[in-house]
Amino acid sequence: MSVATADRILLKHGAGGRAMRRLIAETFLDAFETDPPERAGVLGVSAMDDGGAVRLGDQWLVLTTDSHVIQPVFFPGGDIGRLAIAGTVNDLAMMGATQILGLTCAVIIEEGFPRRDLERILASMRAACDEASAAVIAGDTKVMGAREIDRIVINTSGIGLTRRLVRDAGLRAGDQIVVTGTIGDHGMAVMALRHGLQLETDLRSDVAPLNTLVRAALDAAPGEITAMKDPTRGGVAGALHEMAGKSGVGVVLDEVLLPVRTQVRGVSELVGIDPLFVANEGKALLGVRPDAVAAVLAALRAHPLGRDAAVIGVCVPDHPGKVILDTGFGRRLVAEPDGDLLPRIC
Amino acid sequence: VSAPLEFRDPVRAGELRDALARAASAVGREVAVMHVCGSHEQAIAKFGLRASFPPSLNVIMGPGCPVCITDQPEIDEAVALARQGIRIATYGDMVRVPGTAGSLADAQAAGAPIDVVYSVAQAVEHARASDEPLVFFATGFETTAVATAAVLIGGVPSNFFVLSAHKYIPPVMEIVAEMPGTRVEGFLAAGHAATITGSAVFEPFVARHGVPVVVAGFEPLDILAALVRLVEMIGRGERAVVNMFPRCVSRDGNANAQRQLWQVFRPIGGRWRGIAHVPNGNLRLRDEWAAVDARRQFAIDVASLWRSAPSTLVRQCICGNIMAGIASPADCPLFGGACVPDAPVGACMVSSEGTCRIWHEYGGIPDLRACPADSLALQADGRRAGGEVA
Repeated sequence: MSVATADRILLKHGAGGRAMRRLIAETFLDAFETDPPERAGVLGVSAMDDGGAVRLGDQWLVLTTDSHVIQPVFFPGGDIGRLAIAGTVNDLAMMGATQILGLTCAVIIEEGFPRRDLERILASMRAACDEASAAVIAGDTKVMGAREIDRIVINTSGIGLTRRLVRDAGLRAGDQIVVTGTIGDHGMAVMALRHGLQLETDLRSDVAPLNTLVRAALDAAPGEITAMKDPTRGGVAGALHEMAGKSGVGVVLDEVLLPVRTQVRGVSELVGIDPLFVANEGKALLGVRPDAVAAVLAALRAHPLGRDAAVIGVCVPDHPGKVILDTGFGRRLVAEPDGDLLPRIC
Repeated sequence: VSAPLEFRDPVRAGELRDALARAASAVGREVAVMHVCGSHEQAIAKFGLRASFPPSLNVIMGPGCPVCITDQPEIDEAVALARQGIRIATYGDMVRVPGTAGSLADAQAAGAPIDVVYSVAQAVEHARASDEPLVFFATGFETTAVATAAVLIGGVPSNFFVLSAHKYIPPVMEIVAEMPGTRVEGFLAAGHAATITGSAVFEPFVARHGVPVVVAGFEPLDILAALVRLVEMIGRGERAVVNMFPRCVSRDGNANAQRQLWQVFRPIGGRWRGIAHVPNGNLRLRDEWAAVDARRQFAIDVASLWRSAPSTLVRQCICGNIMAGIASPADCPLFGGACVPDAPVGACMVSSEGTCRIWHEYGGIPDLRACPADSLALQADGRRAGGEVA
């Protein structure tokens, strides 16, 4: 690698894969890590989980923040506003904090942005908040000059409470991996739009706040859900790599069991991108103790957002940190996502 | 878009796996076979097929990556033209392959005009949109050479030129079969190239070298079925060409495409990167096409590039041995460390059809035969829940 690229922040450093985790570990952790890194009653940045947490009496106060940029701003199934609410609500929910105490909304807008579009985005944020029984209780607005920022950037932060903190590092051998629905919908819908694929498809983003769905699963099997993560950038492959690595187990996926919409599979073969690596914005991965799987699946499938929930794999003691795919024809490793996804060029 | 399920039927795959195990055990010793196609390697890696091969069977990828076997002097010609200010259009993977002194991407960074195109027809469109000369750096096997030929025959604007680095697959199989120390006892031939050449093109090869050739398609069942047939033939000492891809390939191939191919190109000897001089392995424009031949229309100052010596990293690259099938990426000290897709040292890591790139894309370990299989004990409930959701 040339010196020039090693010294610069590249797009892959924000793509949710290995490059991003390495950058965070090498820079942000240095700056923000507490001393000692692990303290009783505090879950800090060194955990690199979906959010941080502070113990409050017999509960945990979970705190998270997320900035949202997406091109295009409006896409089938959602828009940047819905994404901004769902992203932060879901990060809280993945740690068990399904009761949202409050959200913030900070917006940076490019000069010339249509006011009607802003109003449409805010209405969409309000609707998503209603679905999540959450409310934006503080905010900030900035405007920058034309071409100093790309249309609109939305940051949301949130706080939530939980009695039991769920980590992404809690998988144990024997746990089954449950996904709450079809994979790859969001990324494929946006990618098809962005690259102008002239396809007669009804691909739609799955963007949705998941806190009520996750609450149903947690209540159905108290203490039996060992780990959770939402497979956003980097997709199911990226999230499982992170969970497996932090938990010290291997994950074996059965390709036949992966719930993938026919449309998504079609586009994925066309552009040469595996749905395992494609972002989701309304799905969760759960590690579940084997005895509780039936109860968790039943609870998920009773919820409108969890109808296609399925067991997709199992945790094994060997190959820690690796994700293995059983294709039905043989087995292979699933690579850890590194950079951004581009359709193959030939 | 999805492949018909009949070619991805896991039950049939299980039967073929068993048949392959029986065929390999009937041979009773280690057997190495070679395929010569990046698409075959991609399918083998994507479906994890190696994990289901019998331990005594070694399936090697040979010189089947058109980007990888494009020789450095050929890339140098394109780079030299680009540095002379001539616009170059070529396929995306070619841009990053290093020549003697840098790649087309390096030339582009220094200000040279490079267009990435998806097809030769698109390159012609670019030429039509301008009065400046445009050279299409034409790479690939007979499959893409036919496309180049058809476009030239169809007529191109006077500012469009071709720098041909096209290669012809059948002759290189002769080289690999004769390589000292080769263990290859049979070949899988690439189904898509054979749709043009026909399966008969391999008959003289079989007669000369006494090894069987099986033409194979690209679905996992195609590959498994072809391997079963190939290993059975090795066990019985059969020497023949067998077409296991009859839904696309005929014995005589596409006569029209062949006529166009040889109307535009002639085979001449030349180097394949990392392999050897391959008699009749290069496709060059015939004299009748001199007016579009970049080699005849431009003075290409390649020598100006040759003052730079290759870096030490490049000297450690074993791409050549990998493409010849006598080494695997696992034997390379650079693989996955100093050489990754973001910063490739050798062509095999640049191209999506290169062995190193494919292995890296599927986790770096191509063969999970050692993985315990009993750890997959999913609940029946999960099995019912999965699959495609319409």
